[in-house]
Amino acid sequence: MGSSEMCRDLAGEVEKLLKTSNSYLRKKAALCAVHVIRKVPELMEMFLPATKNLLSEKNHGVLHTSVVLLTEMCERSPDMLAHFRKLVPQLVRILKNLIMSGYSPEHDVSGISDPFLQVRILRLLRILGKNDDDSSEAMNDILAQVATNTETSKNVGNAILYETVLTIMDIKSESGLRVLAINILGRFLLNNDKNIRYVALTSLLKTVQTDHNAVQRHRSTIVDCLKDLDVSIKRRAMELSFALVNGNNIRGMMKELLYFLDSCDPEFKADCASGVFLAAEKYAPSKRWHIDTIMRVLTTAGSYVRDDSVPNLIQLITNSVEMHAYTVQRLYKALLDDISQQPLVQVASWCIGEYGDLLVSGQCEEEEPIQVTEDEVLDVLEGLLVSNLSTPVTRGYSLTAIMKLSTRFSSVNRIKKVVSIYGSSIDVELQQRAVEYNALFKKYDHMRPALLERMPIMEKTASNGPTEIVQTNGIPSMTAYNKNGLKIDFTFERANPNPNIAVITIHATNSTEAEMTDFVFQAAVPKTFQLQLLSPSSNVVPALNQGTVTQVIRVLNPQKQQLRMRIKLTYTHKGSAVQDLAEVNNFPPQSWQ
Amino acid sequence: MMRFLLLFSRQGRLRLQKWFTAMSERERKKIIREMTTMVLARPARTCNFLQWKDLKIVYKRYASLYFCLGVDDGENELLALEVIHRYVELLDKYFGNVCELDIIFNFEKAYFILDEFLMGGEIQETSKQIVNRAIESSDMLQEDDHSEWYEVELFG
Repeated sequence: MGSSEMCRDLAGEVEKLLKTSNSYLRKKAALCAVHVIRKVPELMEMFLPATKNLLSEKNHGVLHTSVVLLTEMCERSPDMLAHFRKLVPQLVRILKNLIMSGYSPEHDVSGISDPFLQVRILRLLRILGKNDDDSSEAMNDILAQVATNTETSKNVGNAILYETVLTIMDIKSESGLRVLAINILGRFLLNNDKNIRYVALTSLLKTVQTDHNAVQRHRSTIVDCLKDLDVSIKRRAMELSFALVNGNNIRGMMKELLYFLDSCDPEFKADCASGVFLAAEKYAPSKRWHIDTIMRVLTTAGSYVRDDSVPNLIQLITNSVEMHAYTVQRLYKALLDDISQQPLVQVASWCIGEYGDLLVSGQCEEEEPIQVTEDEVLDVLEGLLVSNLSTPVTRGYSLTAIMKLSTRFSSVNRIKKVVSIYGSSIDVELQQRAVEYNALFKKYDHMRPALLERMPIMEKTASNGPTEIVQTNGIPSMTAYNKNGLKIDFTFERANPNPNIAVITIHATNSTEAEMTDFVFQAAVPKTFQLQLLSPSSNVVPALNQGTVTQVIRVLNPQKQQLRMRIKLTYTHKGSAVQDLAEVNNFPPQSWQ
Repeated sequence: MMRFLLLFSRQGRLRLQKWFTAMSERERKKIIREMTTMVLARPARTCNFLQWKDLKIVYKRYASLYFCLGVDDGENELLALEVIHRYVELLDKYFGNVCELDIIFNFEKAYFILDEFLMGGEIQETSKQIVNRAIESSDMLQEDDHSEWYEVELFG
């Protein structure tokens, strides 16, 4: 409980006490040292000499606190970590003795010798073995031994197994050992004890990025956990299920996830809906399936959908040109049933405004077309305007939709009447829109068709990327290269569930008076990374900043190391070939952390 | 490391509180309030772990008392359950079939035992016997003290 001043003053005393012969005092001194280091990390060096003989302790209490002290030092300082790596064989020996030794009444818990010490040693081994091949190799045997020999009937044994699994996954273990670890987690998932299932799901979530295939094997068990009664388990199972979705299992998984969305508590609905949208966007097997899935989410959890999903959905629908008739028909039918879920109503009114003509023409390839008259459609939209359930935003959407129909429907007079009524609406936003639309009818009628025509297909820009459970945007962009008139900017995205992948978009602009042709951008990354370059938008960078060449780079960074890149640019400028190499080191920390 | 240990009854009365980091009185009160509401609201057969802010909360119910341990995110939850169980065993050995009343009337002893078992948010001693012996010897010191005082009184 000491303050940092107290720690500074007393550190010397603590250090002396670490060497005293009284084991009772030594263990307390060790924990004091831990506290001192936590408060004043610079004093760590002072305790270094005393740590020499710590691991040759016989007394478990002192041994335990010593391991805690060593762990704290290694966590705080990479130098200490390197220094203490040589202790790995000793730690392995101690652990071995603990497992092999017979019954010791003093430290026994349900047949296991001093589980607290075992777990601490495993944790220290984890820190020492991370990123180090030699140490990891030295511990392979003992980890396998602990994993196979520990008694799992009681919680104690499972606690040790859990720590072992975490250690195996973190160090550079051989693949056989990793498979063993995942199988242990799989066994945990089937355990009756809820705590163990929870712990298994949490660990699998951590390992799903690196050992994706091994975790996939347990997919059906994980999906079953979605039906568990326990809230904590359901949440973990949901996160894990989203991480496991891929092109192969999308249909099956989505069925389960939509069923979950129907029946889960409100606190999950928003996250689940966002997850479903993301997964559907990435792996949708067909456009029709995609639209159906979106409809299902909107109708079941419509009021929990995040606000920014509405523009994303609208963009998606716009871009699926051949599905317009089907989409608007389904949305219209959904509106007839229920107008309380605002996101659904907003998307539906926008679509009816855009594609109302398809709706009344009765053309639909995907399903039985419904017979709907223009008046019926206008009834529905006007109903939205007057309903108490509609928010001001929704009313804005429906008014605009009604206006757009003036170029698509023939009953223009009715629309004119509605618009003029709202010219005196109390809601300022609505009033403004109505007045502007009125003006459109009166003074600018010749411009009306052009203004209200169909929306073109929208290009997805980085800032409109969908939000998701993992936090994405807010990563500042940077200039990677700026020489001889050629400027290359990098913008970042983390728009996918794998936080180890950074999606970088390069933007190349040319401020000289001559264009740069045959423009080729190449990149190389250090060995611990993997790089994927997608096709560029073009090979010509127009002169005088009149256009940009963009290209997407995906960098896999599983070890979360500082991102570095070497780039090579080749292009032809004013008739001569230009080539340049550069190093890019100024990546913002958020792009790789 | 462990951040705090709270003991409270089913009615939400706090019986023991041990804080392993320095915190203002207001923060402590806030944490106590939130822990009691969260833990008592949990249905009977759910798992014993909760996520709260950046901490993991591990709780276990023994008879009428809830033991609630707040640990860092990197800690092993199953082991935290063992820590709680070990503390209960120590109390049981000392008081003999411990119940809530024992802790209410002898709370200072409960704190002494806790201080011998855990310190600075970490486990101090893994052997039950050594902890018990330490408590017994400090008890004996207390007894001796009292007898001396009594002798001085007698002889003025």
